[in-house]
Amino acid sequence: MTDMSDFSELMRPSTEGDRMETCVLSGTGMHFPWLQKYLNSVLTERKKEKAFAQTTTECLSLMQQALLKHQWQQAAGYMHSYLQVLEDWDVIKRQAAPEIIWKLGSEILFYHPKSSVETFNTFADRMKNIGVMNYLKISLQHALYLLHHGMLEDASRNLHQAETWRYGDKSSSQEVLINLVQAYKGLLQYYTWSKKKMELSQLDEEDYAYNTASQSMLNHSWKTSINLCALIQIPGVWDPFVKSYVEMLDFYGDRDGAREVLTNYAYDDKFPSNPNAHVYLYNFLKKEKAPREKLISVLKILYQIVPSHKLMFEFYRLLRKSEKEEDQKLGLEVLFGVLDFAGCTRNITAWKYLAKHLRQTLAGNRLAWIQELWDSRKNWWPNFHFSFFWAKSDWKEEKTLACEKALVAGILLGKGCRYFRYISKQDHQVLKKKMKRMKKSVKKFSIVKP
Amino acid sequence: MDLEEAKELKERCTQCAAVSWGVTDEGKYYCTSCHNVTERSKEVVDTAAIPNTKIQAISRGLKRKRKLEKGWDWYVCEGFQLILCQQVEALKTLGVGPELKNDVLHSFWKRYLQKSKQAYCKNPIRTRRRKTTALEDTPSHSDWDSEPELISDFICSSFAESEAESQPDLHTQKPFPIIKAPNSAYTCSGSLDGVEYSQRKEKGIVKMTVPRTLAFCYLSLLWQREAITLSDLLRFVEEGHIPYINTFEHFPEEMKLYGRDKLIFAIESWPIYEDIYKNTIELATFLDLPRFPDITKDCYLHPDILCMKYLMEVNLPDEMHNLTCQVVKMTGIGEADFLTFDPIAKKAKTVKYDVQAIAIIIVVLKLLFLLNDNLEWSLSDIAEKYNEKNKKDKPWFDFRKWYQVMKKSIDEKKQKWEEARAKYLWKSEKPLYLSSYNRPVVYKRREVVVNLQKQFSTLIDSTPVAEKQNPSSFQFNWTEENPNRTCFHGHSLQGILKKKGQSLTTMNSLYWLSTQKFCKSHCKHVTTYEESYFSQSYQFVISLFSFLLRIKTSSLHEEVSLIEKRIFKAKYNQSKKKPSKKKIRKVK
Repeated sequence: MTDMSDFSELMRPSTEGDRMETCVLSGTGMHFPWLQKYLNSVLTERKKEKAFAQTTTECLSLMQQALLKHQWQQAAGYMHSYLQVLEDWDVIKRQAAPEIIWKLGSEILFYHPKSSVETFNTFADRMKNIGVMNYLKISLQHALYLLHHGMLEDASRNLHQAETWRYGDKSSSQEVLINLVQAYKGLLQYYTWSKKKMELSQLDEEDYAYNTASQSMLNHSWKTSINLCALIQIPGVWDPFVKSYVEMLDFYGDRDGAREVLTNYAYDDKFPSNPNAHVYLYNFLKKEKAPREKLISVLKILYQIVPSHKLMFEFYRLLRKSEKEEDQKLGLEVLFGVLDFAGCTRNITAWKYLAKHLRQTLAGNRLAWIQELWDSRKNWWPNFHFSFFWAKSDWKEEKTLACEKALVAGILLGKGCRYFRYISKQDHQVLKKKMKRMKKSVKKFSIVKP
Repeated sequence: MDLEEAKELKERCTQCAAVSWGVTDEGKYYCTSCHNVTERSKEVVDTAAIPNTKIQAISRGLKRKRKLEKGWDWYVCEGFQLILCQQVEALKTLGVGPELKNDVLHSFWKRYLQKSKQAYCKNPIRTRRRKTTALEDTPSHSDWDSEPELISDFICSSFAESEAESQPDLHTQKPFPIIKAPNSAYTCSGSLDGVEYSQRKEKGIVKMTVPRTLAFCYLSLLWQREAITLSDLLRFVEEGHIPYINTFEHFPEEMKLYGRDKLIFAIESWPIYEDIYKNTIELATFLDLPRFPDITKDCYLHPDILCMKYLMEVNLPDEMHNLTCQVVKMTGIGEADFLTFDPIAKKAKTVKYDVQAIAIIIVVLKLLFLLNDNLEWSLSDIAEKYNEKNKKDKPWFDFRKWYQVMKKSIDEKKQKWEEARAKYLWKSEKPLYLSSYNRPVVYKRREVVVNLQKQFSTLIDSTPVAEKQNPSSFQFNWTEENPNRTCFHGHSLQGILKKKGQSLTTMNSLYWLSTQKFCKSHCKHVTTYEESYFSQSYQFVISLFSFLLRIKTSSLHEEVSLIEKRIFKAKYNQSKKKPSKKKIRKVK
């Protein structure tokens, strides 16, 4: 492997000058008339480099503009000139260049009408070998490109090459990247495995082919798990890897192993907070028919991270089933929390649950719970949920929703609120009974006394 | 080990100080008394490989080859000489007379070598240096220090027509140490004196640089009173008609460049008008040149002729020439004494002929249209109405129309120019490296770039890239037919001028000064140009012309102010007593 950035070029003339000049300056407070001249010459030496630097900067910005406008041909033209930055005398610029060239160049080659997979491959192979620090990153992205084009085998070969790549100290500093490369390879193997699983499910167990197929599946899973497990030990977000790894463990009956992986993924403090980790664990435990307490404790964390998650209704139902009082209170909290989000404003289930829960809570003389939750919302919920506009549009589009909401509005804001007044004035044959009940409930339970 | 004796090596051994060398199988020298093997190797002399027999005959030093990059021995000044040769040949193909090369530039260069004590003098700089170091007698053992057999200076051999008289070097057999550590950056060079040259800091000596080669060219052009201004010369450089960037590519194959040479010969900047102008004066003073031939009325560089040229270039009516001539007369800047360059004069200063001519045109535009964002437009209204009514007559000059045409053309041109600059390929086919250690890396890098470029070049729009333009003094071409390129040359200034007695005067009787007060401190500039203080039309005119000349707007503004200073001398003196008078009545 040839490396370019590693051979550090020695100092440039201007820096050499700078150094000498600072020596002079920092020495004494004396005045050197010749210094000005020297400084000027240093400055002009800098100026000398300017035009080249100007060219490359200007070229880069024009190339970016062309890319934004999807002018791939023009962009290729600018890239053609921009490549000279790889020969920049300025070490810093030269070392920063390969990444820029790779990113923009691969973008051009991805979209350019005249480009092909071969062109892309040649480009990627060339870029990989400019500077050690880029080899793995580019290999990985190259593999993703191949995947995008459905070339699984090439992608896999590519990943394999990257996996075996070593470069002294440099490789150890890029351990995460190597793990990632391996994990992607594992993911590809998982894909083959799961295809085989499909085939297997279509075969008869007594079939002659069944045995060989299951054997080769086993082989695959073994290789795959080795590739995957290294990466998921490292803190990070590894959703697809974890999922496929767990699926394989589960398939071969290693439930404890799978549970351990998921628990670790969800609860290890070193890992970044990741809602999916909890979702995976919850789904796994649910399938396992774990006790309700356990499920609630998992979802509690998910609730803290994403209060509007669609699992929240399931969470709510679990809480309702619980006998503990605090769980009931938490259930109310969860419903309020869901409805805080604009995306859930028209969720009829949420409103239905809330209306019912409010009634029951008040019937159970737990006004304090509601007041506690309502205090922080009373400033903005009226406009957010219970405006005249909403009343009109809800009634027009979804009458049952409007009724549920009106009930909640009535309870929380009293009979006088716009939403309740508008809905209760409406006349509807089918909903007549419902409306009557609603009015009654409001009269009975409203927390705002007239 | 082969016990072949090597008598050509006269250095002392580092281990035992004996002078008794043998050559090993690999061709390396080793000491026969202590068996210490050096890094030096015996070099193969292959004279048959040298193609140019003429040069070979002149310089016997060529036989000697080096280990790092086998090539000829050559001096930095020879490199510059080759650049000058390329440039002067290019000028010849542009139509400049052959005397420029054979007589003028050649003698300037000879004079330079003499003044800078590099040749044509009793005690050339290199010889002196060698003598002193030889006395020190410090044996050193890198490949780099031994320069035996250096016999002749290659000087002037490339001026083939001229007599190649070279100063024989009083060479010594003793090696002289140039550098301590071989092969490290900046301590080696392909040329013999590259390292020493870049360290040389002698008072009063103007050292050669690549930009200064252009100063040499311009000096010669000026001496010959050729029809090329400095801005033309630099534009030709930019358009690639005159070699400047990567000129070393065309050095003979056997002249190797690396290390320090890179810093001396590789250029990654466009020449800047002001810099070259300054260099020209510096150089002329250093060369102690006598007064240049007079710039008379029939010379291209005379303002009357240049004004005509630029009026045509920027599409202004020919009738304006009459006015520019008057301004030239009034200010006295058409006098030969004013125009002629005299380096020996107390304060050597040459006129920026092109900038000055443009400044005169701007002054005339201000006289006619005031350029206060008001008068020029009302005059345009009048002209437009007249032209509509009298379609058959000679049209009146309409400033607004002219602005529209010029704005469009200049914007297009500017955009193309900027694009070309952004796409300019600076790097040479023949990459330069700093040390032998660095060499494979640099070559590899070059290869990578070439390969990648090849790949992207197939993806570039297939429409052929604009052919290299033919060199021309004009950048624009105006014709009557194309409405986007309307030609205003034949338009009349009627409606802007009025009869007053026998003569014509301008309708407009106001004028404003570009600079109220000149800077008198010791800094170099006399005025500053803060765009936003000035009217839009003035800004446009300034930016248009400064783009034409590829100079900074501020330097054009300065020149305009200087012309005004000459016209309104009296007013400036008055304003010393009575400042803060924004507009003054025109004195005419």
